[in-house]
Amino acid sequence: MQRIGVFVCWCGSNIAATVDVKAVAEALGKEPGVVYFEDYQYMCSEEGQNKIKNAIRDYKLTGAVICSCSPRMHENTFRKAAAAAGINSFMVEIANIREQCSWIHKDKVSATEKAIILGRAAIAKVHLNAPLTAGESPVVKRALVIGGGIAGIQTALDIADAGFEVDIVEKKPTIGGKMSQIDKTFPTLDCAACILTPKMVDVAQNEKIRIFSYSEVDAVKGFVGNFKVSIRRKARFVDEVKCTGCGLCTEKCPQKKVPNEFNLGLDQRRAIYIPFAQAVPKVATIDADYCTMLKTGKCGVCSKVCAAGAIDYKQKDTFVEEEYGAIVVATGFNPIELKKYDEFAYSQSPDVITSLEFERITNAAGPTGGTLLRPSDGTHPKKIVFVQCVGSREDGGGCGKTYCSKICCMYTAKHAMLTREKYPDTEVYVFYIDVRTPGKSFDEFYRRAVEEYGVHYVKGMVGKVSPENGKLMVRASDLIEGKQLNIDADLVVLAAAIEPDQSARPLATMLTASMDTNDFFTEAHPKLRPVESPTAGIFLSGCCQGPKDIPETVAQASACAAKVIGLLAKDKLTCNACVAHSSEMLCNGCSTCEKVCPYGAISYEEKEFRMPDRTTRVRRVASVNPAVCQGCGACTVACPSGAMDLHGFSNRQIMAEVDAICK
Amino acid sequence: MEQKNLKEEILRISGVNPRKCMKCGKCSGTCPSYEEMDFHPHQFVYMVESGDIEPLMASGSLYRCLTCFACVERCPRQVEPAKLIEAVRLTVIRQQGQNHLKPDQLPGMLDEDMPQQALVSAMRKFAK
Amino acid sequence: MVFQYYPGCTLKTRAKELDRKARLCAEALGVQLEEIKDWQCCGGCYPVAKDEIATKLSAVRAMMAAKDAGTPVVTVCSACHNVLKRTNHDMQTDEVIRDRVNRYLKPDVPYAGEGEVLHFLEMLRDKVGFDTIREKVKNPLTGRKIGAYYGCLLLRPGKVMAFDDPENPSIMEDFITALGAEAVRYPYRNECCGAYLALEDQAITKKKSSAVLHSAKCAGAQEVITACPLCLYNLQKCGDDLPVVYFTELLFEALGLE
Repeated sequence: MQRIGVFVCWCGSNIAATVDVKAVAEALGKEPGVVYFEDYQYMCSEEGQNKIKNAIRDYKLTGAVICSCSPRMHENTFRKAAAAAGINSFMVEIANIREQCSWIHKDKVSATEKAIILGRAAIAKVHLNAPLTAGESPVVKRALVIGGGIAGIQTALDIADAGFEVDIVEKKPTIGGKMSQIDKTFPTLDCAACILTPKMVDVAQNEKIRIFSYSEVDAVKGFVGNFKVSIRRKARFVDEVKCTGCGLCTEKCPQKKVPNEFNLGLDQRRAIYIPFAQAVPKVATIDADYCTMLKTGKCGVCSKVCAAGAIDYKQKDTFVEEEYGAIVVATGFNPIELKKYDEFAYSQSPDVITSLEFERITNAAGPTGGTLLRPSDGTHPKKIVFVQCVGSREDGGGCGKTYCSKICCMYTAKHAMLTREKYPDTEVYVFYIDVRTPGKSFDEFYRRAVEEYGVHYVKGMVGKVSPENGKLMVRASDLIEGKQLNIDADLVVLAAAIEPDQSARPLATMLTASMDTNDFFTEAHPKLRPVESPTAGIFLSGCCQGPKDIPETVAQASACAAKVIGLLAKDKLTCNACVAHSSEMLCNGCSTCEKVCPYGAISYEEKEFRMPDRTTRVRRVASVNPAVCQGCGACTVACPSGAMDLHGFSNRQIMAEVDAICK
Repeated sequence: MEQKNLKEEILRISGVNPRKCMKCGKCSGTCPSYEEMDFHPHQFVYMVESGDIEPLMASGSLYRCLTCFACVERCPRQVEPAKLIEAVRLTVIRQQGQNHLKPDQLPGMLDEDMPQQALVSAMRKFAK
Repeated sequence: MVFQYYPGCTLKTRAKELDRKARLCAEALGVQLEEIKDWQCCGGCYPVAKDEIATKLSAVRAMMAAKDAGTPVVTVCSACHNVLKRTNHDMQTDEVIRDRVNRYLKPDVPYAGEGEVLHFLEMLRDKVGFDTIREKVKNPLTGRKIGAYYGCLLLRPGKVMAFDDPENPSIMEDFITALGAEAVRYPYRNECCGAYLALEDQAITKKKSSAVLHSAKCAGAQEVITACPLCLYNLQKCGDDLPVVYFTELLFEALGLE
């Protein structure tokens, strides 16, 4: 028989306001095996912990039940306290009477009743608890960063700087991401390329960093400290080692009609291409969808002009298998597609563009060489209308996003300001719902656009854009003046909402990392663990976790690196003690558990067994590697013969809890 | 009707929740009848929500909404202002003697090409 | 191919030609339109308020007839189509309306929006097929630049009507191209013509309608088609000389009928 102590926490008024904590303590005190009970204002405080320690010693407790907040918060605190008082830390159970009781109920009588039931279930479990010891597993001292934008670059540089090896997997032919497409950066207006490309070069030159460009993560196995990742290196039909990046092939290729994705389709590139001058790696890539040689077997111009002999039309996708201790997700964002917003005529006029397209037509390396020209006829626009919040802040039932995309107010202020600075004869209107500029020097920046640069900020929204005789007739409301405006604009720029990259969802499945309904990765804790996924060993960097601008992305990327370094600095990780184990006598060797195990922790072995008639028989039985098992329990529910069970969460323990609840 | 009941009635028969509005003004930015109205779609949403309904009921704007549903289609928050305008109009014309259009007015309004559809719709919109 | 047919009151009076030519075109395309017995006027515009029941009944009856006949009901007039489709959507999705309508009508089997309504254009696209039409065209309208006018009723609310992309539709343009003409897209093709305000204040409908035709002209249209008698009336009366005809006129002509 266990000797159990029950400790009921008030959590200030968090629990005590809705649950009669004294009544809970007294009721649980009457449960079999309970020899001590107590309630206290803050059980997690030092004083509270001392109460637990003292009771364990004074009443010779063998187990403890803490009725408090979620085990995610303080399970560790209480386990450590118990261990300090001399009992095995796995003899402590938490009854969550805060998140699962007081916070979600209003009626004190029924909440108290529920708290007692939750406590009783925990007591029933402790009766069947046994001391457990956690094993250890080694840490592979190498990190994988998925995505080579500014987030991935910063995280990789910081990890490498601490002396660990890092691999970057980037699906495009070059690293650099969205920042490489941006012209200037707010609020200081530095040229994006001028501050990004040195970092790209740092990555290329860093001995600790390998870049797998034009590659994608194909499969992920393992667990924190011991991930095994298969990386697909897509065939680029160019030998990366031999290619010198001279670019001759990209000038001679006769297929000139390929939409240039780096310039968002505003101009064309060749079938063999280097996305931009400062690409890293500076290696050509053949676009198989457009290459005449690959499609018809007749051409071969690039191969003929390549002095390095780097062209290889026979190249196939290859796979790299590598081990990592930590994985960083830095998959970034994209502007949403605007085909559902044709009241703004995006698909009806080339002069209705997205803000990212605007970046390209103002960028010196863009399709117009940096001169602001209309895509339709190459003339200077004299009147520009910027529309904010296109697809952001919508109602959940629509085709847009429910969240604020966060970066649009600032980049639109930047676009408006730069336009007015470079082309003072251009009239610029910005239609806004709210101007959101929290951030260092951000509001001042927006005010400068209004006060010094004479940008017309109109509180209201555009309702319809009608292309007519080379103009864009913009019908909009001016809510402050109480007017409907009709503006004959030359160019309309839509601040499209941003969304996570399409690759994020399948990647999350591979990593068993959770996402929200918008496909942003969820943090382990929204305030206190913002750069970690709830899945151990998976870290989050940049816009894959939520919309953010460059300064915030870089800050988060470095924070993420710090967390990764903290993990990689350890030689060993304490494993989960609550691992699966199989009863050899019950196992029928069916392999079901092996198939469902997401961690590859289960293997089968042939074993000799002595039969009752003293003969021996060889049977095939499951065996769990406790260093690999993460205790998810999939095998225990899959096992048809009931041979699999989980330490700390055995079938008997769970049934005892259910019985206690249903009593 | 008391102000509070009036508001509730309008919300009930329109099925609209004006609290969803984020006050962007897109409805009024897109309304083809804007120039003909003294209260505009976004004001209907705002004023119904704040219970300031009598000025709307007294306004000729009620009979200038075309129920073209452009505001409904384009509202980013799915507030459906046209349904609210319809509900305010109904609270007026459902009162005794408050029909905006009376059958004896019709003959003077017709010409030989006017489709029946116009009469039927207008009567349905403006009379009970 | 047999469909139930709901002509609506305007097609029996001012828009007789729309009715006649729609029937003849259907016949030429191998479609049999069976007029629903004892149909009643749909009311011209969909009763938006949630507590309007009586005003929805005629549309429900038409839809129930379609359900009983086991074929979709086809409409030609945009207004009828809007009323029938939206009322039927209420019967599918609004429990209160469904319940009240069924208690009033007392059908043997309660009606829950099982009937289907197709606009004539949808029938052409989805049942007959624009490719079939292309084959059956005897007098291709080659060289003609035609603007489609959708108005509001066919498209909005987009989620209920589910007719086409409400901001960038293409069904009428595809129809025009199938007849051998050039379709002219213009931004005001889904803006309102002024509708029933024609009765009270034609200054307004003239303003709205001439904006539509101006937009069509700017884009290079030489004629405009519509499916709605009221749109046609407003567009023709606005003082612009751009010819406006029913879409069935074009089909009739292209199929070489009469």
